[in-house]
Amino acid sequence: MIEAINQILNGLQLGLVYALIALGYTMVYGIIRLINFAHGDVFMVGAFVAFLSTVDWHLPFWVAVPLSMLVCAVLGVTIERLAYRPLRYAARIAALISAIGVSLLIEYGGSLKFVFGPNYRVVPQPFSIVQWNFAGISVSNIQLIVLVTVVILLAGLQYLVTRTRIGKAMRAVSFDHDAARLMGINVDAIISYTFALGSALAAAGGVLYSTAYPQINPFMGIMPGLKAFTAAVLGGIGNIPGAMLGALIMGQVDVLSAAYISSQLRDAIAFTILILVLLVKPSGLLGKSGPEKV
Amino acid sequence: MNAKKFTTGLPLVLLLAALVFIVRELLGVTEILNYYWQLILDQSLIITTAAIGLSIIYGFAGQFSLGHAAFFGLGAYTAGLISKLLGHGNYAVFLLSLLAGAAVAGAVAFLIGLPILRLRSDYLGIATMGFGIIVKVLMDNSNKWIPATGGATGMTGVPQIAKFPVIFVVFLLAVLLFRNLRLSSFGRAWMAVREDEIAADAMGVDTTRTKTLAFVIGCALAGVAGALYAHRYPIVHPSSFDFLKSFDFLIIVVLGGLGSMSGTIATGISWVFLLEILRAVLGQNFLDFRGVIYALTLILVIILRPKGLLSGMEWQALIPREVPESGPSGSPSASPSAKGETPNVSA
Repeated sequence: MIEAINQILNGLQLGLVYALIALGYTMVYGIIRLINFAHGDVFMVGAFVAFLSTVDWHLPFWVAVPLSMLVCAVLGVTIERLAYRPLRYAARIAALISAIGVSLLIEYGGSLKFVFGPNYRVVPQPFSIVQWNFAGISVSNIQLIVLVTVVILLAGLQYLVTRTRIGKAMRAVSFDHDAARLMGINVDAIISYTFALGSALAAAGGVLYSTAYPQINPFMGIMPGLKAFTAAVLGGIGNIPGAMLGALIMGQVDVLSAAYISSQLRDAIAFTILILVLLVKPSGLLGKSGPEKV
Repeated sequence: MNAKKFTTGLPLVLLLAALVFIVRELLGVTEILNYYWQLILDQSLIITTAAIGLSIIYGFAGQFSLGHAAFFGLGAYTAGLISKLLGHGNYAVFLLSLLAGAAVAGAVAFLIGLPILRLRSDYLGIATMGFGIIVKVLMDNSNKWIPATGGATGMTGVPQIAKFPVIFVVFLLAVLLFRNLRLSSFGRAWMAVREDEIAADAMGVDTTRTKTLAFVIGCALAGVAGALYAHRYPIVHPSSFDFLKSFDFLIIVVLGGLGSMSGTIATGISWVFLLEILRAVLGQNFLDFRGVIYALTLILVIILRPKGLLSGMEWQALIPREVPESGPSGSPSASPSAKGETPNVSA
């Protein structure tokens, strides 16, 4: 029982990190209907920038995190500007192929020796780990830091999207580009803003992920990216609370199936659940159902 | 009314095929085409055969599939196991194993397709991608149930008896199968479903049957291509069939232009060759840049030609045309022109 509670806490930690990545997928999908396959690689860049700035440039951790969020925000906006905006009015599959290209570019570019290099790097702990025990239930300070950081970021995002003018503009653009433009909203700026926000969250996710699982390499973004994306679909893609719910479920599925069923089969279990959910609710747990306009 | 007559272009296709075959054999005998490039040529035909399958599923029936490599892998493992355990190099068993590879991939596509083809566009893509990942995980662990598959270390020991002639014949059959299906009521139903599923339904097209049929045929083609792959390359490894490989097929079909079979074929073959030429040109010292150059090329090409390299054009010999009863020769004006076929697919 106590073992199970510990596993659920581990699943919560992973789920919270997935939530940070899943939000970027879901916000971008909500606003331009694009599966941004490069998002997992932005997450990787976030982890690497924090690693390089603490290890090579000796910056303190609390500077490294905002720095990596800033770098990734710029990266996200650049990707959108160069690779997706020229294809905004083409068939959606064209932008998807472009996203696959960007993903490969970041992965292979990152593997070059003068960029990040192809090897695994071990991330040093930014602070010493403290474990607390409550009647067998162990909680580490890393888990607490992940929890607090993610809750603050999510609360900030929720405030931004629901309470500010720019959030209102984002929702308007996601609802209807043309109508939003007629109302005087600068659609291009809002889309750039969405990419910046999503990429910064992914960078924070990358830093937290590499603190909790301290090994990084240029291809590390593929699987967490895929899982987070699955989480976004599970919750109903385009829907922010849905992405959080999906991510928390995905974290538990990952950790619990590795602990109690089989660690080799855990990816298969996660995707089986995805397919089953889609068959029952074709637009995800919290997604709007309704006829799709083609 | 008599049965309608068609200018089929079939003699032209067969003539060209015979010519390609003879040239290839001459180049092989004179060793102008060395062993390595023969291998690449065979690979390009195998990959293109599977890509024709995805072209049917996505380019013509409009069903977004991101799990094509899984069916390629199912064919490879099925045929590889049969040949390895039963055939030991027997050519008849090899030919049977090709059929078995296609049959297993098609049967699995039928079982998985019945429920998930109800999903639309992106959701279908994600479900098929999830299925592909499940298959890859099962391949990684398959040695627990069937030791001969080798699990995550890959399967070796499949007799290497697939040579150019059989690969070429299978490729040609795939092209001809597609060409005839396109003219049939199935082909018209596929395109109707692609353009507007609700309207197709209203016009009496059985959309479930149409989509499932396209999916099964397309996946069976991937299966037979996989079966050839297993008999051509010394190792069958699960990582050759993961979801990134499914992207390769998707890239070929989209760059070729959705709804253009000539585009798929031309892009499939040149895609394989360009990647290898890039390897040869860059040399050992700059090999790291291959992925970067490939990725940049991909982004540039799709931005410059978002409708595909050939913009949906079709080699006319691949579109059989109806002959007007009065005129002795087929008049082009009565034919569905390549331009009118440009599809409007949204993923």
